[in-house]
Amino acid sequence: MNISHFLAMGGYAVYVWPSYGLTATVVGLNIFWARRSLRQAQREARRRLAALKLAASS
Amino acid sequence: MSQSRVAFIAAAASLMGRDLRLALRRAGDSLLPLGFFIVVTTLYPLALDPSLSSLRDIAPAALWVGALLSSLLALDLLFRDDAQDGALEQLALCGQSFAGLLLAKTAVHWLLTGLPLVLVAPLIAITLGAPYAAMAGILAALLLGTVALSLIGAVGAGLTLSLRRNGPLLALLVLPLAVPVLIFGARATALAVQGEPIAAPLYLLAAIAVLFATLSPWALAAAVRIGLE
Amino acid sequence: MAWVWFHRFGSPPHFYRLARRLAPWFGWPAVILCVAGLIGGLVLAPPDYQQGDGFRIIYVHAPAAWLSLMVYVVMATSAAVGLIWRMNVAHAVAASCAPIGASFTALALATGMLYGRPMWGTYWEWDPRLTSELLLLFLYLGYMALRSAIDDVARADRASAVLAIVGVVDVPIIHYSVIWWNSLHQAPTVMKFGRPSMPASMLVPLLLMLAGFTFYFGALLLTRARGEILRRERNAHWISAALEES
Repeated sequence: MNISHFLAMGGYAVYVWPSYGLTATVVGLNIFWARRSLRQAQREARRRLAALKLAASS
Repeated sequence: MSQSRVAFIAAAASLMGRDLRLALRRAGDSLLPLGFFIVVTTLYPLALDPSLSSLRDIAPAALWVGALLSSLLALDLLFRDDAQDGALEQLALCGQSFAGLLLAKTAVHWLLTGLPLVLVAPLIAITLGAPYAAMAGILAALLLGTVALSLIGAVGAGLTLSLRRNGPLLALLVLPLAVPVLIFGARATALAVQGEPIAAPLYLLAAIAVLFATLSPWALAAAVRIGLE
Repeated sequence: MAWVWFHRFGSPPHFYRLARRLAPWFGWPAVILCVAGLIGGLVLAPPDYQQGDGFRIIYVHAPAAWLSLMVYVVMATSAAVGLIWRMNVAHAVAASCAPIGASFTALALATGMLYGRPMWGTYWEWDPRLTSELLLLFLYLGYMALRSAIDDVARADRASAVLAIVGVVDVPIIHYSVIWWNSLHQAPTVMKFGRPSMPASMLVPLLLMLAGFTFYFGALLLTRARGEILRRERNAHWISAALEES
């Protein structure tokens, strides 16, 4: 089994590899979005708490 | 019959009477969806080859797409006015079954907007080339279909109560849920137009209508309560 | 006894910390399972008799389709739990599911079209699977649109919960009505996966990929849900301590 045979996928390469590429993209994007959503929420929470503390101490 | 059931029937009856009287005072509002249905179904012959034999093939689709869209349009009349002037809240607080009263409102709404559509459909079908023998089937299918659409549409209307300009959102919510109604109803109508027996899709359509009727009391009450907050 | 566990799990600070500790236990198994599945599916499995090497698309298409459906059920179930028991954690879980489910439904459609082109000759056919996936995408989009149209988070949670519950009851009906409709019009369905006649060398990698994607979803869900809980537990005392830790 050599590399070019593997990449050719029996002639179906133009369908198989984009499918895997799209999947990898969606998988990666979801990881990125999930972590970004968490970071944003943490940032907003810190900001809110800081504002509260400021309001309480004044 | 128990006291509470008598009381509920009395409340529902007076609510339905009130809704009917209010709607008849502004009959134009209730006739708008019907007008829309007629106009939309008229567009098909204008957009296609107007020979009746080819129109006959698309008649079921034209009737059902028209019915779906005009029932969506009609949903605006269901809860909006009563939500704005606080009448819906009164219903929620009056001590009778909220779900039951909402169903009563939906029933009146169907009488005013769905039933006229069903009655006009045979005429439209004739202009689209359907044979006279198909009329009973068309009536039966649209009767069940419009009832089912009213029920599922009412849930969508409840959920979007407080939102402004929610026409497209309501369509996005209700149309996918209504796909089985469309599939079975259009199939029954197509079979009727071809002169074949329509029992199978008609029974399936009836089953959908029954399912929606079973689900809607809970869903309606929950949706409107949330929408009123 | 189970109720104690249930209510502890539903407590936001407990869930927030637990989700952080649990996420790697879903993430790493996902990586291992998917790598194993990919090796098995791309390298070890022999070409299909009819579809040649083209059938290997199934190793990404089937997990995407599986995720699209499973995530909707998780979304509707947790929405129902949130509605009935008034649990913010459950609503947070439901809100987290939607973007994940929608993106994998779109992926299932795209890979389905890429699978269909060599097999049917066209990118699109109104076959039951693709049509059902399309309608499922509309259900997800409607859910997300309703959420974003309502400003108050708690109200958006409850309204979208009702929608999700109605939707999950309707999904099997939609699916079977589409199959019924499709059988009338005889559209060709070449996607015969899921039948037990698949040989082990092809089936095992598929199961590995399905399991791997499920664990992956678990890790994603735990991460997103933590953020959603923070958004819902506005000024609770536990947040400052929890933020220090993470």
